Amino acid sequence: MTKPAAISINDLHKTFGDNEVLRGVSLNAQQGDVVSILGSSGSGKSTMLRCINMLEIPSAGSISIYGETLELRHNRHGELEPVDHKQIARIRASLSMVFQSFNLWSHMTIIENIIEAPVHVLKKTKAEAIEQARELMQKVGISDKANAYPGELSGGQQQRVAIARALAMEPQAMLFDEPTSALDPELVNEVLQVMRQLAEEGRTMIVVTHEMGFAREVSDQVIFLHEGQIEEQGAPQQVFNQPKSERFKQFLSSGL
Amino acid sequence: MDWSLISQYGDRFWDGTLITLKLVLLSSVIGLIIALPMALARSSHYRRYRIPAYSYIYFFRGTPLLIQLFILYYGLGQFEFITNSFMWSVLGDAEWCGLIGLTLNTAAYTAEIIRGGIRAIPRGEIEAARAYGMSWWQLQHRIVLPRALRIAWPAYGNEVILLLKGSALVSTIAVWDLMGESRSIFSRTYALEIFLYAAVIYFLLTFILTRLFNQIEKRINRYLVCY
Repeated sequence: MTKPAAISINDLHKTFGDNEVLRGVSLNAQQGDVVSILGSSGSGKSTMLRCINMLEIPSAGSISIYGETLELRHNRHGELEPVDHKQIARIRASLSMVFQSFNLWSHMTIIENIIEAPVHVLKKTKAEAIEQARELMQKVGISDKANAYPGELSGGQQQRVAIARALAMEPQAMLFDEPTSALDPELVNEVLQVMRQLAEEGRTMIVVTHEMGFAREVSDQVIFLHEGQIEEQGAPQQVFNQPKSERFKQFLSSGL
Repeated sequence: MDWSLISQYGDRFWDGTLITLKLVLLSSVIGLIIALPMALARSSHYRRYRIPAYSYIYFFRGTPLLIQLFILYYGLGQFEFITNSFMWSVLGDAEWCGLIGLTLNTAAYTAEIIRGGIRAIPRGEIEAARAYGMSWWQLQHRIVLPRALRIAWPAYGNEVILLLKGSALVSTIAVWDLMGESRSIFSRTYALEIFLYAAVIYFLLTFILTRLFNQIEKRINRYLVCY
């Protein structure tokens, strides 16, 4: 028996009103894979990522995490909705997400941000969570900021806190939604460096990004989305060196 | 100015001030406790929660506090099933009616203030809480309400100060609050400075409340310093 894929998406569709944002996308990520999702804005790449942890409920299709299918049913309006909110919460807790705009809880200090979900969702003891948080803060290079508030930090520092917050959940996979897009150019590298380190540790990561260098050097798999469909998919050497899709060639030459 | 009035009636001013303080403190605290779930219901996506909260808020904001107090104190006494029931031990008492009226009234205003705070929370922070597997209840009591209360705190302080002044209306249903005592002393002495003294006491109470709210705001809104 083969091991189930870490994240498996099958024929996913998502419609907002009349706007069909995703038109049947599929993806298989094995444990330890880094998958980069590329595409211009409006291509549906963030929506695809947000469907994985059900921040967006798909209109059709299925998603499984380590072999466990997220159960959806049709409600009386004909839309899909989760069958079991506890299942959704459990899956979400196992897939931490890092957002474009960091989304740290601004009324909590850095260390409170990091221990919040481990204590209240995973039910760890506070002492245990704090010890782990200190290790993670060291790992992402923000040890001296434990008692600062997010508003006192630079964007790059905030995003590294957000990554520490994500790691504190000991996730089975991590979802990154354009983690460097809101950062000043000189701060992008400090975040990418942490992400490279995570990839080297063999973490499963799905990364929506505009960072071509990261996608090319770190990913095991690259997906290029255009108007809600997968235009190009494969290993980075293959898609970057011999792109089959004209649109992807254009996208690459546009220098994004 | 007849200063001897102060020594003569000082005790009654003091008693009245204590009643006023008691009413304002109790009604603001209980009102806040009622307002928290009501603000959540008012912000809900579900009509079955939103509509009752909405109706309650509109009734209490849409009618004068004076009329609400009259209905509670004079109106309910018209019904025998109330005067004959255990409820009458509470509803037959002017101070209880004043407390209930002020509480229900301020709860409505406070709920609207907190709803404004809830709406001002950046969506991303709520999304992050959901993405980390928080249940509805965890999301509300760890993220939404603490955040909304901090945002709404200055407006809530304003509501409590209005409540202090509004509480003077309970004197019309025979509560011996600061205003009630002042009116009674005035009817004996016809000395207008009685109301001046009362105004000074209200002013001092407002001053203390403002300072208190500012102190708390400094503590809970430390995180805003650097924005």
